[in-house]
Amino acid sequence: MQMTADGRDTSQIEQVKTAMRDIYLPSERKQISGGGNPHVTAKVFSIYYGEFEAVKKVNADVLSKYVTSIIGPSGCGKSTYLRAINRMNDLIPGCHTTGALLFDGEDIYGKFTDEVLLRKKIGMVFQKPNPFPKSIFDNIAYGPRLHGMNDRKQLAEVVERSLRKAALWDEVSDRLDRNALGLSGGQQQRLCVARALAVEPEILLLDEPTSALDPKATAKIEDLIQELRGSYTIMIVTHNMQQASRVSDYTMFFYEGVLVEYAPTAQLFTNPKDRMTEDYITGRFS
Amino acid sequence: MNLGTRKILDRSFSAVGIGSIAVMGIALLIVIVPIVYNGLGAVFFTETIEHRNMLYNEFGKGDKAELDKENAAAGIYRKEAYSMLSRFEAEMETMEPVRQQEFRSKYGPVQTALRHLIGPLPGDEEAILTRYRYGQTRWEKAEEKLHELLYEAKWDYSDPNSMAKEYFVSRAAEFEGTSLVRLFPYVENNLDKMLQPRFTVYWGFLTDSSVDSHIFGGVWPEIQGTFFLAVGAMLFAFPLGVIAAIYFTEYARDGFFTSMLRSANSTLAGVPSIVFGLFGLAFFINTLKVSESKSVLAGSLTLAIMILPTIIRAAEEAILSVPKTYKEASLSLGSTKWNTIMTVILPAALPGILTGGVISLGRAAGETAPIIFTAAVSVGSAIGIADVLSSPTPALSWNIYNLASEHEAAAEIRHVQYGMVLALVSIVLLLNLSAILLRARISKKLKG
Repeated sequence: MQMTADGRDTSQIEQVKTAMRDIYLPSERKQISGGGNPHVTAKVFSIYYGEFEAVKKVNADVLSKYVTSIIGPSGCGKSTYLRAINRMNDLIPGCHTTGALLFDGEDIYGKFTDEVLLRKKIGMVFQKPNPFPKSIFDNIAYGPRLHGMNDRKQLAEVVERSLRKAALWDEVSDRLDRNALGLSGGQQQRLCVARALAVEPEILLLDEPTSALDPKATAKIEDLIQELRGSYTIMIVTHNMQQASRVSDYTMFFYEGVLVEYAPTAQLFTNPKDRMTEDYITGRFS
Repeated sequence: MNLGTRKILDRSFSAVGIGSIAVMGIALLIVIVPIVYNGLGAVFFTETIEHRNMLYNEFGKGDKAELDKENAAAGIYRKEAYSMLSRFEAEMETMEPVRQQEFRSKYGPVQTALRHLIGPLPGDEEAILTRYRYGQTRWEKAEEKLHELLYEAKWDYSDPNSMAKEYFVSRAAEFEGTSLVRLFPYVENNLDKMLQPRFTVYWGFLTDSSVDSHIFGGVWPEIQGTFFLAVGAMLFAFPLGVIAAIYFTEYARDGFFTSMLRSANSTLAGVPSIVFGLFGLAFFINTLKVSESKSVLAGSLTLAIMILPTIIRAAEEAILSVPKTYKEASLSLGSTKWNTIMTVILPAALPGILTGGVISLGRAAGETAPIIFTAAVSVGSAIGIADVLSSPTPALSWNIYNLASEHEAAAEIRHVQYGMVLALVSIVLLLNLSAILLRARISKKLKG
């Protein structure tokens, strides 16, 4: 029996890897043109809640137009990291950062950064669908209106375009004036995606977007992510490793605030470099 | 604890709960039923021709031709009574002096009682106070006054160890053997013809001003004053309160200063209203001199200070109950904090904020103590909207107190007092009801 340096059975590892390849092998994907530049760059970037260092000295480039998923056990800092990118953590008292987090080369936490403009370029979809208690139309038009679009015809175009992009148009086109809270959970979440797309962001952050949805609605969101891939830089936090392998091109694995491994998804799931990653994706801990 | 004991405890608690609610309900009924019954009596009652005459003379209401006809009809019977009086007066002249003296002293009260009943007698000088220019305007009061005409009240002091007892002596017996003896049965039998009673609905009680300190007329000045004071208080307190609540929930950082502000706010909510009244006098009138003396403005400001803590608290709670996810969603779309507050948080918090506002409005309308020194007068006419800066006003709450405690003829006009109470209760109830409806409507709109 062959043993690795740290005393594990190599044949067993090979077995596991083969099994994982069967589970996680990504399907055929469309080619992405013009992407692949560093879009969000972290340099020795740490996030603190008061004294507690929730995300520890991350160094990583997220590439434009690709889908990057962030996985890791609960409390590992993956959501914190995601929310740091559009500064949603500002809402939490006592949260501060060190190091640098760059968006298109500009420091997100710079002294002169306008977080409002930043958030316009970096849209976000949250764990629980959170449409406003307004009509479907007003939900989508909320962002464009904020940024000065008042012409009803123009707004109608934006609403239709966004809803089409979010694959929701066919389901709601006849009831745009109804309250959005009347939609099903899956529809609400796609509405939230459409709402985020309506302000034409460059990056779309998805914070466990399917954790509150049933499998059917989850599949629709995943299809939607595939549709949007190539047009937007997408980062998705997920608890579901199959989902990460299905939708993403790159995967980050966080453990206790440390970015343990960051690699192309196929590689991370079938040939992890780090033992911790391997233990996690093979389900030895969660 | 075993199952049996638990069940018994649960049941006995339910019984106690239902019992206390029932006690509350009964108490409420005991209070509300007389208020509603007597209060409605200010509007729905049987009026006499004296009421119609008063309305015509004081307010120009009514049909002159018909009134003349009715007065003529009543006049036939009145003339008969008056002629009995003059016949007796002539008879008295012929009496021997001692007897004449005795009857004169008994005759005066008869005249007075008749004046109270059907108005001034022929040959009386026109009274200065309006109340003496008319007889009884309400039929049930006339029936009471009839008793005063028919019987003389006397006091029995014979037992020194107990309180004096009132007893009645028939005036018919006192005037036995004179021509006046016919007057009493005549008035008793023909009172309805002299006063022409008729059931009426006097909406003027709500829209007329009062005549001779509420002896006649309505309570419009009071209703309007209450409205001005309450709305004025809201104009100051509502924006301030909502702004303060936004500051507390969205801008203030947790710290010593904020917690001081919060506890100051809570303390303010518990201060007795009379203290606010004195504060209003000392601060707004004596120090700031917002007006020369009492004015609607000073009263509104005082009431505003009084209801401010409630509004702040209600608005704060309403804002805090807006799901955080709305705020996150709005901010993530590139909205500024201010925009998020205005377009997402406030609309979602609106039902709660409005409920707090309307309940405070009701409280401002009902409070007496804060306006005693700052705004209220007991008698006055309705003021114009332009006078709110400088004029005091009558107000329902204060006038209810005044009628109950200080009015010289309070017993004669209980119906006015009840009418005011009912008006005030209705206004407050309507405000609260509208708050509930408004809340339900907005919540329904928000929920879709």
